[in-house]
Amino acid sequence: MKPVLLSLLLILMPLIAQAITPEERGLEIAQEIERRDTGFHDFKAAMTMLLKNKHGEESLRDMRNQTLEVENDGDKTLVIFDEPRDVKGTALLSFSHKTGDDDQWLYLPALKRVKRIASRNKSGPFMGSEFAYEDISSQEVEKYTYKYIEESSYEGKASFLLERYPVDPNSGYTRQQVWVDQERFIPLKIEYYDRKNALLKTLVFRGYQQYLDQYWRADQMYMENHQTGKSTLLSWKKYDFRSGLSDGDFNKNSLKRAR
Amino acid sequence: MIERFFSLVLKYNYSVILLSVVLMLALGTGVRHLHFSNDYRMFFSEENPQLQAFEQLQNTYTKNDNVLFVLTPKDGVVFSRETLSAVAELTKEAWQIPHSIRVDSITNFQHTYAEGDDLIVEDLVFNPETLSDEALTEKLKTATTDPLLVNRLISPSAHTTGVNVTVQLPGKKLTEVPEVAEAARALVSKIEAAHPDIKIHLTGMIMMNNAFPTASLGDMTTLYPLMFAAVILVLVLMLRSIPGTLSTMIIIILMIIATMGLTGWLGIQMSPPTTTVPIVIMTLAIADCVHVLVNFLHGMREGESKHQAMMESLRINLQPIFLTTLTTSIGFLSLNFSDAPPFRDLGNMAAMGVVLAFVLSVTFLPAMMMILPVKALKGDTQGSIAMQHLAEFVVKNKKALIWGMGALILFLIAQIPNNRLDDQFVKYFDETNLFRQATDFTTENLTGIYLIEYSLESGETGGISDPGFLQNVEAFAQWYRQQPHVLHVNTITDIMKRLNRNMHEDDDSWYRLPDKRDLSAQYLLLYEFSLPFGLDLNNQINVKKSATRFTVTLESISTQQLLAIEESAQAWLAQNAPGMRIEGASPSVMFAHIGNRNIVSMLKGTTLALVMISLILVLALRSLRVGGLSLLPNLVPMGMAFGIWGLLVGEVGLALSVVSGMTLGIVVDDTVHFLSKYLRARREKQLSREDAVRYAFSTVGTALWVTTLVLMVGFGILAFSHFQLNAGMGLLTAITLGLALVADFLFLPPLLIYFGGKKS
Repeated sequence: MKPVLLSLLLILMPLIAQAITPEERGLEIAQEIERRDTGFHDFKAAMTMLLKNKHGEESLRDMRNQTLEVENDGDKTLVIFDEPRDVKGTALLSFSHKTGDDDQWLYLPALKRVKRIASRNKSGPFMGSEFAYEDISSQEVEKYTYKYIEESSYEGKASFLLERYPVDPNSGYTRQQVWVDQERFIPLKIEYYDRKNALLKTLVFRGYQQYLDQYWRADQMYMENHQTGKSTLLSWKKYDFRSGLSDGDFNKNSLKRAR
Repeated sequence: MIERFFSLVLKYNYSVILLSVVLMLALGTGVRHLHFSNDYRMFFSEENPQLQAFEQLQNTYTKNDNVLFVLTPKDGVVFSRETLSAVAELTKEAWQIPHSIRVDSITNFQHTYAEGDDLIVEDLVFNPETLSDEALTEKLKTATTDPLLVNRLISPSAHTTGVNVTVQLPGKKLTEVPEVAEAARALVSKIEAAHPDIKIHLTGMIMMNNAFPTASLGDMTTLYPLMFAAVILVLVLMLRSIPGTLSTMIIIILMIIATMGLTGWLGIQMSPPTTTVPIVIMTLAIADCVHVLVNFLHGMREGESKHQAMMESLRINLQPIFLTTLTTSIGFLSLNFSDAPPFRDLGNMAAMGVVLAFVLSVTFLPAMMMILPVKALKGDTQGSIAMQHLAEFVVKNKKALIWGMGALILFLIAQIPNNRLDDQFVKYFDETNLFRQATDFTTENLTGIYLIEYSLESGETGGISDPGFLQNVEAFAQWYRQQPHVLHVNTITDIMKRLNRNMHEDDDSWYRLPDKRDLSAQYLLLYEFSLPFGLDLNNQINVKKSATRFTVTLESISTQQLLAIEESAQAWLAQNAPGMRIEGASPSVMFAHIGNRNIVSMLKGTTLALVMISLILVLALRSLRVGGLSLLPNLVPMGMAFGIWGLLVGEVGLALSVVSGMTLGIVVDDTVHFLSKYLRARREKQLSREDAVRYAFSTVGTALWVTTLVLMVGFGILAFSHFQLNAGMGLLTAITLGLALVADFLFLPPLLIYFGGKKS
């Protein structure tokens, strides 16, 4: 009963009173998104990235993703690369944190070594794609400040339009505009504005499916770079929630074992 | 018929004037559609193979239009807290430049090093104001030994450093380039104000593109007033008639307005070469007006009425003026064969102007003269007396002249091979230009602006990680680094070697290429993870990871040297790595070929124009023999002019390749006038060849040298252009036209005396 009530309250809020600021309202929506996506414990999924440049040249990347929910902090994620063949078995382990830099380890099978990568950079390209690492790492509420803009709609779906501002000074963005489905509290579209506040990229979520009767995941995430004309289609397949992963599957040793 | 037309023109003079003015101004309204092109690619046609190769390279990798800030601290020490703070500040602020997608500097350079099993990736300089002296020394060492930085963003002695901003223009509006340039300048002012001990120069492709309209506007403000002053002076001296001068001035202004308006309506973009059009068509319009006015004023001096004198002047001038308009237009239209669109535009615009000038000089001009009070001044015999002396001299010394002129012509033509092709695009701007100054400074102190780029192809997806391929790339880089004039080679292999060393605890013995393909691929993956915003690998590796970009930076060298280096590179590739052989591409390479391509294409255009003009002459003069003879004085001036150029200058390029086509049409004018008078004397007056030559001298001699003087002054003014293309073109055209007169006075008459038809 409670979630329904809260969302109803959120929708009706501007009608009831102007008592809360747009910043508070934005934060409430973000918190609601996170609240609804909490408790899945873990999942496994297959990821495919199709990279395209302005002139239609394409390249494919295959990888597997394992994610473990961590209470009161960012998620732990293990990404194992399958394709291209030259990087098969390369694995990236990252501990996302609500504040401060994330921890990252990379296992290079050709070198048979695990290397910790100490870098402040979060905005670099993920696997040469148009997704920055910060775009696909776990989206903790604390990573942004928020501002509610207006009620809007995206492809016929009633949405909240809100703006969020990265807290990390090393972020590549000044702001992001997020269209959030009013009914399901999931992002439908995100527009990324670069450091000079020019529109850089648009991310569109397609084919949302519900897992465990609660958690919505998009089958496809399409990122388009407006400045370079390049794009990346990230497809998710074979979602397996509560697959039995535990903390022991997310450490330096598990990196080497992952294949 | 035609007489009836002219009497109507003279009768309804007010209507004619009103109609001409309204019509010309109506055409002139197109001026608001005029825009200046600000893209160096304007010099290349879409089918230009070097442009296509370069566009393909840019499509594969990140486009590299750039703004380069060059910072020079007064104390000559870049690695000081003060200077590095300025560099860091500039680096941060440069992200705000419109359409910027990437900023590279020594401060945000991604320095990687190992600490045990940790790979540390960080900005080479972070919080510069807190750095200790030891840290500064250490960072200086890192920067000046990293092959990615030295001679590119830092000078070997670390006295100058660069901040390079990569710009991706949407290419939708002409305001994009000036917007970026403006923002860059504002940033320079801001940083220089905050750090008065640092001098910043601005160069790069964007600044060059921005310099085109700036230089053109500069030319307009300096050359146009000069041209009007010269015109008024020459007209007053020649015509000694205020109404004549006034009418001619009005015609010039109307014609320029109408031509520029038509240009706007046709959607032609203005470029440095086309800014010369008003000056070019002005001189040609003067020639038309002068012919009509000289005979008109002459008639009045003889005591004819205004009306009579004008009708007579129009009668005898219509055919030659029409003919010269036709041949001049053909000459200009031959520029359509040029591979460089701005010169096609120049040809088409000038042809339009010439036709308009013709129309106005036989309608507006006579009508004006009817209205204005005209007084016939006495005595213009001095010129004719001089001409008679010249005629006598020529007739007397015909044999010596034929041999002497023949020898001189042959000698000068033999000097043509002294000309070397050279199109260094930076030198298109003269030394007063800010972009040129900044670029010269950059070349002397930091890095070059002349590049050769290659997209080295491995032949398979992911093939850039293949050890064999990487070794070939490395060997190619080593070969290039040993060549003279090479400042910098940017290659992915340097990053590979550095990562390999990082992965082995920074052990220098591992500073070599990985020997396994999967290891290289995994290094690249690791490297990609570590990159910050905007710094992806796509500027060096294509999407399929099958090819890598390889960039060579050169000193300011001549086109010949650049082509020679590229040729040996091709030989090296053919011998050592035939699989990855590819022609080098870059703006420098494009400009290196443009002179040659234009000469070849203009040769076709000029030949076609020559054939057409000669046919027209044969038909108009109704004499195959004399028409054929006219080929010599029409062609010889070009040969002589290029010979003199070879002796005095020795460098030809894009602009000079169009001079022959352009001058051909004008050179012919003099020949037409001289020959038509010669033939009239032979046919109507039954004079001997010698006397016909004397007659030709006395009737058109004065007009010829005066119009040639006007043309030489007009084109000579172009020599003062700050844009070397225009200056060279103007100067060589002026020389050619002067030589044409010499040929018409000293070479054609003796030829006519020996070969000019049966003895009567």
